[in-house]
Amino acid sequence: MQTVLSIAIDALAYGMVLFVISIGLSVTMGLMRVVNLAHGAFAMIGGYIASYAARDLGLAYGFAVLLAIFGTIVIAVPIERLLYRRIYGAPELTQVLMTIGITFCIIGIANYVFGPTLKTVPLPSELQGSVDLGFRAIATHRIFAILCGLAVAAGLWYAIEKTAFGVKLRASVDNAAMAAALGVRTEIVYAVSFAVAVGLAAFGGVVGAELLPVEPYYALRYMVTFLVVVSVGGAGSIPGALVACLLLGAIDTTGRYLMPEFGEFFFYLAVIAIICVFPRGLAGRAKG
Amino acid sequence: MKRMILAAVAALAMGGAAYADTIKIGVVGPFSGPFALQGKNFKAGIDAYMALNGTKVGEDDIEIIYRDVPQADPAQAKALAQELVVKEGVQYLAGFYFTPDAMAVTPLLTQANVPLVIMNAATSAIVTKSPLVVRTSFTTWQTSTPIAKVAKDAGVSKVISVVSDYGPGVDAENAFKAGFEAAGGQVVEAIRMPLATNDFSPIMQRIKDSGAEGVFAFLPSGPTTLGFVKAFKENGLKDGGIKFFAPGDLTQESDLPALGEAALGIQTTFHYAVSHDSPENKAFVEAAGKAIGNPAELSFPSVGAYDGMHVIYKMIEATGGEQDAAKAVEAVKGLSWVSPRGPVTIDPESRHITQNIYLREVAKADDGTYYNKEIQTFEKQGDPGLAALK
Repeated sequence: MQTVLSIAIDALAYGMVLFVISIGLSVTMGLMRVVNLAHGAFAMIGGYIASYAARDLGLAYGFAVLLAIFGTIVIAVPIERLLYRRIYGAPELTQVLMTIGITFCIIGIANYVFGPTLKTVPLPSELQGSVDLGFRAIATHRIFAILCGLAVAAGLWYAIEKTAFGVKLRASVDNAAMAAALGVRTEIVYAVSFAVAVGLAAFGGVVGAELLPVEPYYALRYMVTFLVVVSVGGAGSIPGALVACLLLGAIDTTGRYLMPEFGEFFFYLAVIAIICVFPRGLAGRAKG
Repeated sequence: MKRMILAAVAALAMGGAAYADTIKIGVVGPFSGPFALQGKNFKAGIDAYMALNGTKVGEDDIEIIYRDVPQADPAQAKALAQELVVKEGVQYLAGFYFTPDAMAVTPLLTQANVPLVIMNAATSAIVTKSPLVVRTSFTTWQTSTPIAKVAKDAGVSKVISVVSDYGPGVDAENAFKAGFEAAGGQVVEAIRMPLATNDFSPIMQRIKDSGAEGVFAFLPSGPTTLGFVKAFKENGLKDGGIKFFAPGDLTQESDLPALGEAALGIQTTFHYAVSHDSPENKAFVEAAGKAIGNPAELSFPSVGAYDGMHVIYKMIEATGGEQDAAKAVEAVKGLSWVSPRGPVTIDPESRHITQNIYLREVAKADDGTYYNKEIQTFEKQGDPGLAALK
């Protein structure tokens, strides 16, 4: 029983970290219809900025996180204006080639500027160490990651479903021409959503840094996992991504505990099974 | 047409190789991609050697030609080695971070009349594949066997082994098991984890449930190590009194700033620590640190490359610059010298390096940085993995 509980806790923590990092990709792919393979690269930039701010400049953790989010957005906005704007609505292959190219450029620059060694984001003393749950210990920063995940999920859901901006965003996605005709500034809507998605990537990169350490190859190393989460959850769906993360986290953690020699067999078996039954993901909508 | 003339000139030049004025050495390694750091260390070791010992052997200039294989890719490694031999006319092949790449190149050596000096790839079997292979790095068996004795001496009799599921990981598992059982200990469980594991909490739970008093771990150096060592501490295993044993790949110097506090006190056995206290090593670290740019990036492949260059220089001396692979290899059999890592010898029979293996503990220096502190020496260790092959 203790073991079952223990696995459940691990699964929850892992799933939520996955969620925080992947949700930005879900927004770009589902709402903006851009297959953004540079998502991992933006998460990595966030990690680097936070690491630099907290480790080398000695800033407080909270401030480093904010700096990472806004710093990454500042870097991403010109990229959006100059490059991404050309590929909205383009065929997927074009988008894939363009964004993977951006990723390789960012990997090269990161390697040149920060060097190939691992970087960590030093945690404040409140998040260091472990919390004793009675039957086992769990790292405090994992609990922090779980809370961040829940906050992000709630905030995004509210913004998309309940605010005026959410209405405009959904309108622009479903029919850009009609939305523009009705006076929605679709360019601005897209730019803002892109900024939010990039900011989420950066946030995920920082919060997840304890689990996925920042190094130049980060941008590609974990990209498959992020894409799997989005496709299983259904692109653009917040609850879908949440459920997908928890489910995949549970399967991966259990498989790794019981039969580690099978590797990621169960993880990908589950992905195949879910995609067979729900080709658009757990909560995917049919394309308009 | 131009190329043909060039080829003819090259052929002429090689025909009269007795006074060939430039000797080319082809170095294959990961210079970009996820393992770029290790390739950088190759280059730093080579540059350091040439800075300290000159770029000439006798009358001949030495030229290094680098080729990049970012990830283990035997076909690519073989194609590049072939290109180096045929097009560039290299007299020596060196480098090789990954075993499969080195294995793919061994069949070319005899026909090409080129010796291969392995600067890293750590599977025992490589040296048996061709009589023209010499290795100046280490093998996983060589570095993992002494830790078994350390574990037993620390009063641990039940150990769980946890390794990444790939060649060197399996080697480490077997080496530790052989050493530990010979010392009278018991490996209660052996877990192989997928290479791409990010979250090690479930593994930590397995370790806890196994009831072992210690854990033997092997993972490739880099990002996964960080997750593993942190999980070991955060899941309460370190504080729970479970002892941690591993070969030095887990605490390579370039990872230590990131591992930090979590790695403190971990004991590993390895052939080289950047902190090794000797005049040879001081000179080496200074030169290699300058070559790599940032001395904090210095790690074990640099010393393998440095000694590899020493072996090649000796080969060139012995052959007078002429291309004669068999004679070159013969000349370095039994060669002894003092490397930055300590006294070493090329074993005449296996052509693998015999060296001291050190027990080290991760310690904190006065300036707040972490380093591997050598606390015990196992002298003149050969490669037990070769005996296990037979």
